Amino acid sequence: MAEQLKVHVNPDKCQGHARCKALAPELFELDEYGNAHEAGDGTVPPGLEDKAWLAKSNCPEIAIDVIEE
Amino acid sequence: MSDVNQPVAHPPVTDWVHDFDHTDPQWTEDPFPIWDELRAVGPVVHTKRFLGCYLPTTYEAVREIANDTEHFSSRRIIVRDVRPEITSRNAAPPITSDPPEHKPAKQLLLPPFTPDAMMKLEPRVRAICNELIDGFIADGKVDAAARYSNYIPVRAIAHMLGIPESDSDLFINWIHMILELGIKDESKLLQAVQEMTAYFGDHIEARKNNPTDDLISYLMNARDKNGNPLEDTHVLGSLRLLLIAGIDTTWSAIGSSLWHLAKTPADRERLIAEPGLIPTAVEELLRAYSPVTMAREVVKETTISGCPVKAGNMVLLSFPAANRDPKMFPDADKVVIDRRENRHAAFGLGIHRCVGSNLARMEMQVALEEWLKRIPDFRLDPAGTVTWSQGTVRGPRQLPFLLGKAM
Repeated sequence: MAEQLKVHVNPDKCQGHARCKALAPELFELDEYGNAHEAGDGTVPPGLEDKAWLAKSNCPEIAIDVIEE
Repeated sequence: MSDVNQPVAHPPVTDWVHDFDHTDPQWTEDPFPIWDELRAVGPVVHTKRFLGCYLPTTYEAVREIANDTEHFSSRRIIVRDVRPEITSRNAAPPITSDPPEHKPAKQLLLPPFTPDAMMKLEPRVRAICNELIDGFIADGKVDAAARYSNYIPVRAIAHMLGIPESDSDLFINWIHMILELGIKDESKLLQAVQEMTAYFGDHIEARKNNPTDDLISYLMNARDKNGNPLEDTHVLGSLRLLLIAGIDTTWSAIGSSLWHLAKTPADRERLIAEPGLIPTAVEELLRAYSPVTMAREVVKETTISGCPVKAGNMVLLSFPAANRDPKMFPDADKVVIDRRENRHAAFGLGIHRCVGSNLARMEMQVALEEWLKRIPDFRLDPAGTVTWSQGTVRGPRQLPFLLGKAM
């Protein structure tokens, strides 16, 4: 069985660069200030794994964790 | 004190490691080999110029400083020959604010600049680009810095603020006086600030009786954490900041991008064939040709990447140099327009992340899309000269192109 991925944005590190929202709009949402949080509980639907890793590797603040469950 | 107000000619740099100067013509023309030389010496170097100034040369050192607001203050954000007294007249919150004042001032400015807000502005920017192209496309040649890249951000921010786009030349001149002439000539800077203050003062007065649906009215209606309206000086400071920060910077980024594409036909052809790659290319162009160098003032002694730094010195916070650090970016000196991993720091790192980053990205993307659609073939005009701005914001100020296929 494939591993289940979850994404999580650390709100203390996020500065609203919004790279994650641009690269993986299905996995992240922005608040009224443009700061990011994971959509829902962060569960990555099948097929979007690459986008999760891409968002993580483009966050300038290293604020995104991808957790393998 | 007249000597303080006179522009001072800087002696040419002969020893970059111990005597660097970001206003030296060699730095202006081609800073990349200088940064490589300094990085090879260490993560932090120092100059006695500018009353004492450090330069972090690595991505890691730049990140450490950007995240350390205890030892590094933003009260002065331009490295200059003088250190004028700090007053509310020259403050521009939140960029010149430190914690705890920074956060409320920043949060005030963020909502009008979210990606969603930028999507609403995008059609106007696309129209501006096409109006500008209409003005020169039949000529077969153009100075793209003077007639395209500079007017896109200035007209976009004027549109957002609710001031006439036709005042663009006025704004461009103030910014030149503040960011370039003002480094060495205090009087030019003060004159520009005074004129801007008077200009925006009139616009604020006009809105007191007739509120409008724009960024000036938004700031006038904003309330601080106690529910009180902002003082006029705060509104004026924020307006000055938005105008200054929003124009020169993106002008430079669009200009550098077009300069790269003019001399790199393979990248140009790829973006025309795959327009979906433009957002990725924009990130790489932002990394390779980051326009903005910020500054901090050391307020408490500390160490950065093992190097001691002493209070009273300035720090030239070179995001452009950080973005060329080969330890962080493989092939850092090459433009890889489909680079997948790109944590570049072009918009800064930490709490002072550029408020207008979503605006700048949208403007760059639209400016390149519309240009490439209508002018797929262009090249540097061998009869002309490309010139670069000096100082804090780097980008082409003269960009002579020949348009159309080479004969």
